Amino acid sequence: MSGLVRTVRAEWTKFRTVRGWMIGLLAAAGLTVGLGLLPGLQGSCGKQGPGSECRAPVGPDGVEVTDSFSFVNRPLTGDGSLTARVTSLTGRIPTTPDPSLPDGPMTTRAGLAPWAKAGLIIKATTRPGSAYAAVMATGDRGTRMQHNYLYDVAGSPGSVATTGPRWLRLTRAGDTITAAESRDGLQWTEVGAITLPDLPDTVYAGLFVTSPQHAEAISGTLGVSGAAGGPTEATATFDRVTVSGGGPNAPWASTVIGESGSRSAAEAIESNAEGFRVTGSGDIAPAVAGAAGAGTTVTQTLVGTFGGLIVVVALGVVFITTEYRRGLFRTTLSANPRRGQVLAAKSIVIGGASFVAGVVGAAVVVVLGQQLLKANGVYVLPATIGTQLRLIVGTGALLAVAAVLAVGLGVLVRRSAAAVMIAVVFIVFPYLLAMSVLPAGAGGWLLRVAPAAAFAVQQSTPAYPQVANLYTPASGYFPLAPWAGFAVLCGWATLALVVAALVVRRRDA
Amino acid sequence: MRALHAEWTKVRTSPGTVWLLLALGLVIVAVGAIAAAGVGCAAPGCPVDTARISLTGVQVGQAVVAILAVLAMGGEYSNGLIRTTLTALPRRWDVLVAKAAVVVVLVAVTGAVAVPATAAVGRFILTDRGMLRLGEDSLPRAMLGSVLYLLLIAVLSLGVAAATRDSATAIGVVLGLLYVLPIVAQAVDDPEWQERLLRLAPMSAGLSIQATTDLDSLPIGPWPGLGVLAAWAMAAIAIGGGVLLRRDA
Repeated sequence: MSGLVRTVRAEWTKFRTVRGWMIGLLAAAGLTVGLGLLPGLQGSCGKQGPGSECRAPVGPDGVEVTDSFSFVNRPLTGDGSLTARVTSLTGRIPTTPDPSLPDGPMTTRAGLAPWAKAGLIIKATTRPGSAYAAVMATGDRGTRMQHNYLYDVAGSPGSVATTGPRWLRLTRAGDTITAAESRDGLQWTEVGAITLPDLPDTVYAGLFVTSPQHAEAISGTLGVSGAAGGPTEATATFDRVTVSGGGPNAPWASTVIGESGSRSAAEAIESNAEGFRVTGSGDIAPAVAGAAGAGTTVTQTLVGTFGGLIVVVALGVVFITTEYRRGLFRTTLSANPRRGQVLAAKSIVIGGASFVAGVVGAAVVVVLGQQLLKANGVYVLPATIGTQLRLIVGTGALLAVAAVLAVGLGVLVRRSAAAVMIAVVFIVFPYLLAMSVLPAGAGGWLLRVAPAAAFAVQQSTPAYPQVANLYTPASGYFPLAPWAGFAVLCGWATLALVVAALVVRRRDA
Repeated sequence: MRALHAEWTKVRTSPGTVWLLLALGLVIVAVGAIAAAGVGCAAPGCPVDTARISLTGVQVGQAVVAILAVLAMGGEYSNGLIRTTLTALPRRWDVLVAKAAVVVVLVAVTGAVAVPATAAVGRFILTDRGMLRLGEDSLPRAMLGSVLYLLLIAVLSLGVAAATRDSATAIGVVLGLLYVLPIVAQAVDDPEWQERLLRLAPMSAGLSIQATTDLDSLPIGPWPGLGVLAAWAMAAIAIGGGVLLRRDA
């Protein structure tokens, strides 16, 4: 063990006494910071005076949410249940822009967003972000029971348009809310039952319609895919609306919660002899970034990691190839004939140095970058303290492992320039390819197996299956879980280092 | 002329050259074929830019070109040959021009074979997959432009290598310039800044020469885009030349 410590010390002395390498380390941290503060340079939040601050409502779990819908409601006191039949659900979505035409005003066509929602909801207050439970028919995702923004349970598949009208029922018994659905109003199937603690005695119950932001990829310029989209709208008709229990009978009120399209409550909700015709736009879901969301993720501010990555990869390669070039390796190996140990010591030194550079750079970006962006009027999707720590430590670890991978490649290739090129192309190019020319499927696959999978460790906000969006790396979403993606890079680095250790033992220095 | 002959001998007799040129050709065709086989339909009717997809390999091939050019210059610094070279040919600017000429000719010859080959392979695969072929008229421009693009990358890399006088640093700088700026541009939310970055970055501006459809939606037109890359290359070679003329070798 003391042998390794001594070797590490020797290697550290080599590293720290080459001025260019220490400058390189500073440059790695500097590039991470400098390039990182570019995304979303200017925004309009808070620039139009008081009230223009971008502030998303916060749900019961402390997560920022979208909460906007058209709501036909009445108070419901104590236990009770609400039943209604959704007889039709239609909508309008933005037309796909023709890239060969100049940008015109946005047009819409008939169509229903897959996650358009129409159904029954019980909500603690009419304030956006308050606790709720809902059962709904959707555009293309079957019947669903959702509550408190994050939770989603699937009922029977099929849409109102294909399988006919759908009966829905929501029952409150104490803290428990049960959702049920039926084709004919006679035979009921339970969709789910959940508990909502802290629900007040009197809640708002009623019918709701909403339809989320639409986003689709368009073939862009030069392999840089763009995204197009806009708000969508859904219209549902409800009949056979009955309330049982729930205190004294109360009249129905029309409310638009949040910023739901441009319609007023009177325009969005019509009542007739049979029931209601409700038009809504928005979503009741966790907030996301990207094409169908809003704002910048902390991940996007860490894009400068690519600059830092190239520098530490070059350092890792040169740290070993210089030994070959100058013949120093013979001296090194005479001093310590255990070649595997020399390689391990080099990896520890360059990995440790890169880790520190990455952590410092990322810490500056994550802490100062967010404040700078907010001051510029850019809405940054918040991340928890734990997530921010993971981003900072993860960025350091990413640079460290990439540098170790570079040491392995340096041993195998022995020529500085070729090894740097192979390492950079191997790590960076798959990411570029996945973001540009490849379709989402192939791109996602590439980001699962290539070393670039490790960038998943920088994902700051989760992707939600119940929120339709283009979850692209450019907006901070990766196909693998953070540490799983990081493990992929570790696998590649281990492979390179093991092969390098075998080679360095067998080959003359 | 003597400088040219000397540089040609160096490149010809260095064992890596042939392999790098083979790798360049192979990478251009292979990546182009993979991209053509993997590309998906983004919009109704599959209006993919056949030329651009088939020429994707140039994006990887440029890294090989960068190596070739960087080694032509940086290699001499690492083994001290540069002192011999400058003793034999004291007119330093001639040495740089001769190196550029030799590298440019090698890349041009390889590109002239690989680029039409990848265009043909890509076209075959895309037609086979029933993708609509658009913008065939500008295909010759895209192919010629791709070769010119690679030449300019070679000049840029040579300039950076002369300026940094170290192969590893030079290749890091070149690849950083080429690959990192487009990635940063992708992460920029502000569309105006994004377009500005894409217009200025050597890779994204230069590669607009490959576009054959939707020319109006490009951040910069094909030839002006190549002009931006040419400006980068000229700036690099000027700085590299300045360093070579003024500093001790």
